[in-house]
Amino acid sequence: MNPVNYLYLAGLLFTIGATGVLIRRNAIVVFMCIELMLNACNLAFVTFSRLHGNLDGQVIAFFTMVVAAAEVVVGLAIIVSLFRTRHSASVDDASLMKL
Amino acid sequence: MSAQLAAYTTSTGEAFQFWVLGTVAVIGALCTVFMKKAVHSALSLAGTMIVLAVFYLANGAYFLGVVQIVVYTGAIMMLFLFVVMLVGVTAADSLKETIKGQRWLALLCGVGFGVLLLAGIANASLKDFAGTGQANANGNVEGLAALIFTKYVFAFEITGALLISAAVGAMVLTHRERTERAKTQRELAEQRVREGKHLPPLPAPGVYARHNAVDIAGLLPDGSPSELTVSKTLRERGQIRDVSTEAINDLRALEQRSTERLERTPIEPETFKRPEEASK
Amino acid sequence: MEKLIALLIAAPLLGAAVLLVGGRRLDRVGHWIGTLLSTASFVIGLLLFADLLGKNAEHRTLIQHLWTWIPVEGFQADVTFRLDQLSMTFVLLITGVGSLIHLYSVGYMEHDERRRRFFGYLNLFLAAMLLLVLADNYLLLYVGWEGVGLASYLLIGFWQHKPSAATAAKKAFLVNRVGDMGLSIAIMLMFTTFGSFAFGPVFGHVDGASQGKLTAIGLMLLLAACGKSAQVPLQSWLGDAMEGPTPVSALIHAATMVTAGVYLIVRSAAVFNAAPDAQLVVTVVGTVTLLFGAIVGCAKDDIKKALAGSTMSQIGYMVLAAGLGPIGYVFAIMHLVTHGFFKAGLFLGAGSVMHGMNDEVDMRKFGGLRKYMPVTFITFGLGYLAIIGFPGLSGFFSKDKIIEAAFAKGGTEGWILGGAALVGAAITAFYMTRVMLMTFFGEKRWQPDAEGHEPHPHESPAVMTIPMIVLAVGSVLGGAFFSIGDRFLKWLEPVTGHSEGHSPVSAGEVTIATMVCLVIGVGIAWAQYGRKPVPALAPRGSLLTRAARRDLLQDDFNHVVLVRGGEHLTRSLVYLDHSLVDGVVNGTAAGFGGLSGRLRRLQNGFARSYAVSMFGGAALLVAATLLMRAV
Repeated sequence: MNPVNYLYLAGLLFTIGATGVLIRRNAIVVFMCIELMLNACNLAFVTFSRLHGNLDGQVIAFFTMVVAAAEVVVGLAIIVSLFRTRHSASVDDASLMKL
Repeated sequence: MSAQLAAYTTSTGEAFQFWVLGTVAVIGALCTVFMKKAVHSALSLAGTMIVLAVFYLANGAYFLGVVQIVVYTGAIMMLFLFVVMLVGVTAADSLKETIKGQRWLALLCGVGFGVLLLAGIANASLKDFAGTGQANANGNVEGLAALIFTKYVFAFEITGALLISAAVGAMVLTHRERTERAKTQRELAEQRVREGKHLPPLPAPGVYARHNAVDIAGLLPDGSPSELTVSKTLRERGQIRDVSTEAINDLRALEQRSTERLERTPIEPETFKRPEEASK
Repeated sequence: MEKLIALLIAAPLLGAAVLLVGGRRLDRVGHWIGTLLSTASFVIGLLLFADLLGKNAEHRTLIQHLWTWIPVEGFQADVTFRLDQLSMTFVLLITGVGSLIHLYSVGYMEHDERRRRFFGYLNLFLAAMLLLVLADNYLLLYVGWEGVGLASYLLIGFWQHKPSAATAAKKAFLVNRVGDMGLSIAIMLMFTTFGSFAFGPVFGHVDGASQGKLTAIGLMLLLAACGKSAQVPLQSWLGDAMEGPTPVSALIHAATMVTAGVYLIVRSAAVFNAAPDAQLVVTVVGTVTLLFGAIVGCAKDDIKKALAGSTMSQIGYMVLAAGLGPIGYVFAIMHLVTHGFFKAGLFLGAGSVMHGMNDEVDMRKFGGLRKYMPVTFITFGLGYLAIIGFPGLSGFFSKDKIIEAAFAKGGTEGWILGGAALVGAAITAFYMTRVMLMTFFGEKRWQPDAEGHEPHPHESPAVMTIPMIVLAVGSVLGGAFFSIGDRFLKWLEPVTGHSEGHSPVSAGEVTIATMVCLVIGVGIAWAQYGRKPVPALAPRGSLLTRAARRDLLQDDFNHVVLVRGGEHLTRSLVYLDHSLVDGVVNGTAAGFGGLSGRLRRLQNGFARSYAVSMFGGAALLVAATLLMRAV
């Protein structure tokens, strides 16, 4: 097996995550899908690291994780405060910007 | 397989592992997207992440594999579950689409993007790979540390700043400023007396009902449920279970079953006549 | 002495300002202030005239530079006055006759409560006219030209409570605007051709200009003259202008306004001399107008309108003479001056008759007035004899010269122009005799007016008769005074130039022919109106008579051609504007509106919709990247 298959898997997971972001209304699930996309990217980075034989890809994946952690913290805080004010975690309910 | 030479293929064990766990990962991802309840989605995602951690390990990223399990699956996913609990576990999403054409557009874009992505990868003609054997020669963690604290030290510092900002931001977002002094217990008691209602503590849930669970309203003397007995959070979520009719329903079901068992004919309504009418 | 020139204009201008700004407290003395300042201007004119007479013929030009009006590099407009023999003649005519009309108006307007305002307008009229004739460049002349238009508008519509007067004023103003347009175009042409519009540079550089441009300038100047002097085709305002008070008619017809066109042509003699085509058009316009006015004058029963027709005709003579070139310039001005006397006298006489007849103007309701208004009869009669060219009176000398000059044009043109002028003379004799007979002779045909007042004809007060007498003396003696020893010719020749021309007929023959025409005209008139009683109601008349009563259908022509045509043009333009211009604009707007209405749907407020767009965009980017790599 060629490690390129990991890349295919990463692409597949990324696409599934992206589609999930577009389809789901629950903000938490949307968030999970974003995490899925990030993880798919991480898998691709790790695979690249192996393909190239150096650790830079892993370092990038590491940074991605850190940024994802930060993002999750802030994002979940937003969801919580949103739920507090609107009693709903649906992204469609936060649609005040339309006419 | 020498670490110095470029390899064209991996071991059969890894291939087997890839195909089995890869399937699991995809199924987990799909479940994440299509599960109605957020809790199920979160659990599916956790599964996918653990599979990915295994893949990291297989790819020679030992540190990341461990971090993936500890930080992602352990911390972040638990954070997710925590928020899910906070927002409402049982609030199942309807998967019915409300925006016209959104689902089809999303699927079109997703499939198109996926095809492009896969085609791009397939187009890249990555035949051989170097492997991480040499890079991990001095240990994966040491190698990563050498990079992070030299080449990427600046990014690392900035990431630290980002994390602190995120933590502060989360606190700011969820923190509610108390604008007045918290009332003492005595003051609260006095206020209750002054308002003149519910002098005693609120009744406990489930009193006189068939269940004494927290989500079941206690019954008033006339048999009607009192929502006051259920906690405010459940009330707002609409998660009060109503059992006032359960007993009657159970009785009816019992009668139904006994009727079927004894093969009785149902009583004609005409035969039921009021005694006054019969006497006339 | 040239310092006095500005005072000529300043005096009546001051009068206008004082009277119009002063308000009601001047009501009791306003008319005397106006008359005084007008007379003062006349006296200053006399002083300057004496000064000019004391100089050599070559040095009789005074220039007064007041200030530079528009000091722009390459566009110098000066407020400079030029007093030469031509201007002097006009100044004396304007201020002299104008002052007499002022005096007359004191009596005529006695019962009008807006008399002060009337005198203010009269003074404004004089000031504008003086500015017109004294200006040393065309731009300043244009200011006076417009001032005359404004003053005539104010005066014709003085009785603005009458809708007819208000309409007549508007008509005069609008028709004059057409002419004004001609003058402004002429000035612009001059500036582009000569680089200046001052008299000196323009006339000095005529030789260097192309024939086409000169002709264009000449024709535009002619258009301007047609507007102010009521020549065909811009003649239609003159008849309606009779709605103004009679002194205004006298002023417009004798001293100011209509003479401006003749002045403009004679002043621009250098341009016209160099543009024979334009000159020919001038003579044609003059000839057509003199016949047109005469025919209209024959058919009118309104005494003032009959006189208006006669004015048109007489101005036609002047324009004809002016179009003849150096042969005729002097005689055009001479006829203008004599006409100023007798036409003013005739109008003042008509005003006097109306004054005594409850403001009745229909001559069919006059008759036999000679016994009741002897002074008016005599002065009017002298004016009548002068205008028909009775031997020895002023019209005889001036009109005869014009007819001679027309013949002297030579060739077929000469015969046609001269013949037309002779016919005009006969018709003049006819219609003036008709006016005279219907008004002063025959039986009384007086009728009570609308309120039932029987007319009690009476002689007008001295303040009205004195100007009439003075004018009558002028119309009797003027021609002889000017002609004997060619005084007028010698006086004006340095400015306008003069040439004799070669007449195919001798002066004596022309005089005889004129006399014959005169006798024929008078005879026919006497046969029709003297021997037979005049019917109180106008007979139906021939087709020509009926057309002439309607001013030879000029208004109908204007209505059909200009008004209807203009309406159709406007309507089609409006349609074009609505369908095409607005269609494009509104269509664009509607298109964008619809487009945005549809694009707005994209902005539905749902974050997921935006996410789809972003994701789709990302997909496209990936596709583009791959495509570029593939290529």
